Amino acid sequence: MDTNIWRPILYLIGFMAFAGINAAYLGWCERKGAGRIQRRTGPMEVGFQGLLQPLADGLKLMSKQLLVPDGVDSILFRVAPILAMIPALTSMAVIPFAGNVQARAVELSVLLIFALASIGMMAVLLGGWASGNKYSLISAARSVSQNLAYEIPMLVTVITIVMLTGSMNLEEIAAAQQGGFWNWNIFPVASHSLAQAIIMPVSFIIFFICSVAETNRAPFDMAEAESELIAGHMTEYGSMGFGLFMMGEYLNMVVGACLITILFLGGWDGPLGLSGGIWWFLVKIYLLLFTVIWVRWTYPRTQIYKLLNLSWKILIPFSLVNLLLTAAFIKVF
Amino acid sequence: MQSAICQSAAGMSFFSAQGFVGLIFLVTIGLIIAGAFVATTSTRLVRCISGLAVCFTGVAGAYYFLLAPFVAMMQMLIYVGAVSILIAFAIMMATPEEGDTPGKKITRFSGPLGFAVSAMAFAALSLLAATTDWQVFAREGSGDMHHIGMVLLTSHSMVFELVSIVLLVAIMGALVIARRGRD
Repeated sequence: MDTNIWRPILYLIGFMAFAGINAAYLGWCERKGAGRIQRRTGPMEVGFQGLLQPLADGLKLMSKQLLVPDGVDSILFRVAPILAMIPALTSMAVIPFAGNVQARAVELSVLLIFALASIGMMAVLLGGWASGNKYSLISAARSVSQNLAYEIPMLVTVITIVMLTGSMNLEEIAAAQQGGFWNWNIFPVASHSLAQAIIMPVSFIIFFICSVAETNRAPFDMAEAESELIAGHMTEYGSMGFGLFMMGEYLNMVVGACLITILFLGGWDGPLGLSGGIWWFLVKIYLLLFTVIWVRWTYPRTQIYKLLNLSWKILIPFSLVNLLLTAAFIKVF
Repeated sequence: MQSAICQSAAGMSFFSAQGFVGLIFLVTIGLIIAGAFVATTSTRLVRCISGLAVCFTGVAGAYYFLLAPFVAMMQMLIYVGAVSILIAFAIMMATPEEGDTPGKKITRFSGPLGFAVSAMAFAALSLLAATTDWQVFAREGSGDMHHIGMVLLTSHSMVFELVSIVLLVAIMGALVIARRGRD
């Protein structure tokens, strides 16, 4: 048994630093991106191109008092933002960023990430309920029904990958896709049969939609929905309470992008057989994150009924058929 | 370098890897007990559910210490991630006003009687635990996914079939309840 306990601890410290910087600068990217898409300039005042704006925002958030309003459930109100951060931060520990760059090698890492992601729902639920506010409660209810609905197609789609690779270990899944984009699970022409390669993009699209919905991002941000629910479960939170929710959201986005990269885009493998490494991993996740931001500012928010119908009536049947076809193709070819 | 740190730390029992694992084990047990305590004593239903979720998390940790990581993660995914959340969801949708729950009659015998009953149950269980000749089974297979899958589809396929029947009944029940009053 590996008794080296310092490696995961040092990695976790690194992840915490990453969580802060990542949230700050993804926030900046988001505002800049929104600005460009809406023909504005975005933040420009603080520093060159507003590059120091996240620093100013962070200082402001940290120096504000943590207000606990009257009539909230004082314990759960304080627990909820912490609960929003913990699962995302913990699941970073099992993500292989490159061949040997991983805090802790866990055999069932895919399952571990989904187990932790399901706790993340608890944060929105408790935060929304503890706020003692009708908007927050509606937001909590919406978020739970949405997350439960989108977890099913997501898990079913992951099973196709697990069947294809024969492993629940993220490192093995990524290692099986090395050697150019024709081996990646998104279109595995070289490593698997052509029939397999034709249905894998469907898996990818289902997984991408589900991961956007699971991280509560627009057009699926029914929990936040500032035009109807003010800000949903975050209405009553200020200062770092809100800050933790926001950091948790961005970190969840990063975990989702890491999962997509490892499961479908070959992990740290370079396209066209270029030498792989952590830089390719980072390029891929930030391209995916850019896509998520792009989608957010391009499409308007849907309605909760349409959202649930999309999952229960389209994504779940499609993912089940997809699973059946994958199993059949593995057996036949 | 890192192994050197571990080597020097091995002398001190608490800061060694074993000590750290022991600490985590105690935290796990603490989570189970604290969660169960909150779940049974709290007056607010949502706090009870949170306690239950904490308790389930502790149980997942216990499974991990029993060298069954697959069961531990399924415990997290199903009990913490689905069962607790569904219960919380149901409570939020249908919760009565906070405060005193009606229909409870507390007489002066309630306390002593409850105490006697729980003391009896405790005594019986402890007696059973202390006098039973516990047999330690040899570990069978590796407990990983491949092994569980093989066993479920060969020697223990009855369990698999029964689970599928239970799920079918649950789906039918949900459909019947959901369709009621629509036509």
